[in-house]
Amino acid sequence: MDPFAEITRLRRGLDDGEFSSRELAEFYLSRSRQLNPQINGYINLSEDRALAQAAAADARIAAGEAGPVTGIPLAHKDIFCTRGIPTTCASRMLASFVPPYDATVVERLEGAGAVTLGKANLDEFAMGSSNENSYFGAVSNPWDTSRVPGGSSGGSAATVAAGMAPIATGTDTGGSIRQPAAFCGVCGLKPTYGRVSRYGMVAFASSLDQGGVLGRSAADIAMLLAQFAGPDPKDATSHPESDPWLNALREMPDPEQALTPSDGLRVGLPKEYFAHLAEAGHLDEASKLFESWGCTLTEVSLPHTDAAIPAYYVIAGAEASTNLSRYDGVRYGHRCSDPVSLEDLYQRSRTEGFGAEVKRRILTGTYALSVGYFDAYYLQAQKIRRLIQNDFLTAFESVDMILAPTAPGVAFAKDDLTADPVAMYQQDLFTIPASLAGLPAMSVPCGVQDNLPLGMQLIAPHFAERTLLAWSHRFQQATDWHTRHPTLSEAAT
Amino acid sequence: MAPPGWEAVIGLEVHVQLATRSKIFSGAPSAFGAAPNEQACVIDLGLPGVLPVLNEQAVRMAVTFGLSIGATIHPYSIFDRKNYFYPDLPKGYQISQFAHPIVGPGSLTIQLPNGERKTVGITRAHLEEDAGKSVHDAYPGLTAIDLNRTGTPLLEVVSEPDLSSAAEASTYFRQLHSLVRYLKICDGNLAEGSMRCDANVSVRPVGTTELGQRTEIKNVNSFRFVERAIDYEIERQVGVLESGGEIKQQTLLYDADQDETRPMRSKEYSEDYRYFPDPDLLPVHITEAVIAEIRDGLPELPAQRQQRYVDEYALSSYDAGWLTEDPAVADFFEATTSACGDPKLSANWIMGELSAALNREDVAIDTAPISAGELGTLIARIQDGTISSKIAKTVFEALWQQEGSVDAIIDARGLRQLSDTGELTAIVDEVVTANPDQVEQFRAGKNKVLGFLVGQVMKATQGKANPQQVNTLLRERLK
Repeated sequence: MDPFAEITRLRRGLDDGEFSSRELAEFYLSRSRQLNPQINGYINLSEDRALAQAAAADARIAAGEAGPVTGIPLAHKDIFCTRGIPTTCASRMLASFVPPYDATVVERLEGAGAVTLGKANLDEFAMGSSNENSYFGAVSNPWDTSRVPGGSSGGSAATVAAGMAPIATGTDTGGSIRQPAAFCGVCGLKPTYGRVSRYGMVAFASSLDQGGVLGRSAADIAMLLAQFAGPDPKDATSHPESDPWLNALREMPDPEQALTPSDGLRVGLPKEYFAHLAEAGHLDEASKLFESWGCTLTEVSLPHTDAAIPAYYVIAGAEASTNLSRYDGVRYGHRCSDPVSLEDLYQRSRTEGFGAEVKRRILTGTYALSVGYFDAYYLQAQKIRRLIQNDFLTAFESVDMILAPTAPGVAFAKDDLTADPVAMYQQDLFTIPASLAGLPAMSVPCGVQDNLPLGMQLIAPHFAERTLLAWSHRFQQATDWHTRHPTLSEAAT
Repeated sequence: MAPPGWEAVIGLEVHVQLATRSKIFSGAPSAFGAAPNEQACVIDLGLPGVLPVLNEQAVRMAVTFGLSIGATIHPYSIFDRKNYFYPDLPKGYQISQFAHPIVGPGSLTIQLPNGERKTVGITRAHLEEDAGKSVHDAYPGLTAIDLNRTGTPLLEVVSEPDLSSAAEASTYFRQLHSLVRYLKICDGNLAEGSMRCDANVSVRPVGTTELGQRTEIKNVNSFRFVERAIDYEIERQVGVLESGGEIKQQTLLYDADQDETRPMRSKEYSEDYRYFPDPDLLPVHITEAVIAEIRDGLPELPAQRQQRYVDEYALSSYDAGWLTEDPAVADFFEATTSACGDPKLSANWIMGELSAALNREDVAIDTAPISAGELGTLIARIQDGTISSKIAKTVFEALWQQEGSVDAIIDARGLRQLSDTGELTAIVDEVVTANPDQVEQFRAGKNKVLGFLVGQVMKATQGKANPQQVNTLLRERLK
């Protein structure tokens, strides 16, 4: 069995009786048990649940009632609540938390017959760009285990890149799907804010958080996205209108026919992004290909790009500081031993339960919302956010899609940036603006540098995921970057 | 009343618990009295990843209230997070409305006990969720937490500091209570905490305009206690100031047993709640069409009903106010009146006999053992001379004991008034013959003695005679 097969291929194998869902689940579980000691992509494998779901999927397939993802195994970022299975957010605070409910994303995927292999590692509460902030240990980049996989969905990216899962869910607040996808040589889509329900997805920064997918190809991502995107009455911020394109895609066993790009695409290259690239050449091949397909490429300006990182860390920190107030040691989660008073219970439970980066963001966020600082920080950041949204709206008057780098470079070495949070935050320079604007954006493998993958980022107007997926698919029909994978020794533990 | 030379400045914040079926941000039921934590769902518990979804019914109720006080309804309002840590606040923040409340300025005109009217400004009313309850006496050395109340929808109604005495404050609270029950947005059950009041109180020398330092009395849930707490606090503040002291900004609790206010926590520093818009909830948008629809559905309000009683039934303003305060009482009155056709007698019976019995037995009017129809029939029997007013009280008691219908009780107990003049004349003759001394005295000009003789006749008839008729017959007999 090929651990790097796309799920469109697995679908055919399941339907043709080449293998059963149970065999597929067992294969990935076994490979994951062998590789996890070096990759640390999973926090938990949910073997019992996976095998039971696989058996149910096999019955559905045999009865001719299979949908596009029935029997397809996948990993969930361990920030999506899974009923009866620990959901830790890679935090000591929630190390033993078992939710009594499923996130909407999990519920819809399992309802469609997908098989949950386990819970993927991440930066604690999705705060980080290197997946070094996990209570359960750092994740290694499968291409070079001395390097980081990116973050915060580093576990999702690494499990897919290492063939420990064919596809995985992730969440993106400021680049947490796209940057690890780029570092690990896989595809990652952050949908439009409001496209995917946030119910049961543990909140980091509510106005930015968005669930998405990391997979091998645009076709795979389209296939999975269609199963869980769409309105959810449990999330007031989910977009209330469903998308006919996604509705049709939801029923297709092969997404190919839904991924035909329209002609005459106008592509914008944001000059402010390229100004920050040390090596400007890594999108040259992609640019030439787009031109060869009749697209027009023009330079666009997103003038407020440099203000994005500070604005993001104020807004995300502010929201996080109150989102994480519920972890107080009173009802669930970590509680310190023998508290002597209520203050003591709060202080020690939170001091012990949260890691350094989470505390840093709670503190900066609390500061930004405090009397006397609110106007200077929070309100100012909201104004910048509006300016950045306007930058994109203006750009999208003359182009249909933006082509940009995903990250400033390839995956960096572990411990390189841990001592310098600001340098770490700079990693998100190209991904944060689209997050602030709520736009759909996608990272697609587009090259290799020093034997490490490079990613290109495509950004489209609100709810234009179709543009991103169709053009990525066209790109992947013409290139083979997405089919490359690292060489891993299953025995090396 | 404030002591001579001083005046009080009072504003009330009243938390009105909205009578929605489910909570403001979750589908859990909001009924009172379930076993601890049985009515708290994962959203109320603040588990990771759960999200609030606004209950539209709560929004409509807030709009209903706003329209009833002639307030501005803001087309856009925003839910904010009010951040603080407390064990019965599961999320570590309360979802409330801070900068942009749903209901803007309005006013409520109240009628004071002396009949005067006063218009009290209402600054704003905003929607928020209630917190849970900490129970400190359930387990020794431990605090128990009951989250059933968490997420119960509240409308916080903030008045201007327009009230100048404890009596005015309690009247305002009462009439607000009446209004929300008319609007059917609150069950008005004070004992279950359906309306809770915080009072901001300050005093200043008469003739000055600068406001004194205020204190806040928290969480009073009865009309009487509001009045007593404020009276106590006014006196305390004046005492402190007159002895050269200074009022400290304080939050106070009223202890009804001791009849005093006591500091709850001193606010040496002002708490920073770090309000900011809740990113989990969209701004609430209320269209003109919805406002118009709700306005069309507004019921008759207490003040309008009171005026109608004065105009239509010729009742005094006081009686009309008494009868219309509680919509259930007013409904009962109207049904009684339509059964007997006499609004004045209906009012007297409801405000007298019925109200006394309800108080004595501690029953609500809508669960009283006497229906409005029966009371109307009883009154009709007085009007048609079947029974006397005095006998009617006996029948009323029998009705209360559910001995049967009005007519059945009159017949079973033989209470029908003696109207046969022949029979009554015979009894009058007997009484005159049996009391020669009194008859002598009456004839000598002692008119008072007549009362004694009437009483003897009434006694002989077991009260069934018409006293008016007896009076007439006796006078004729003794001429």
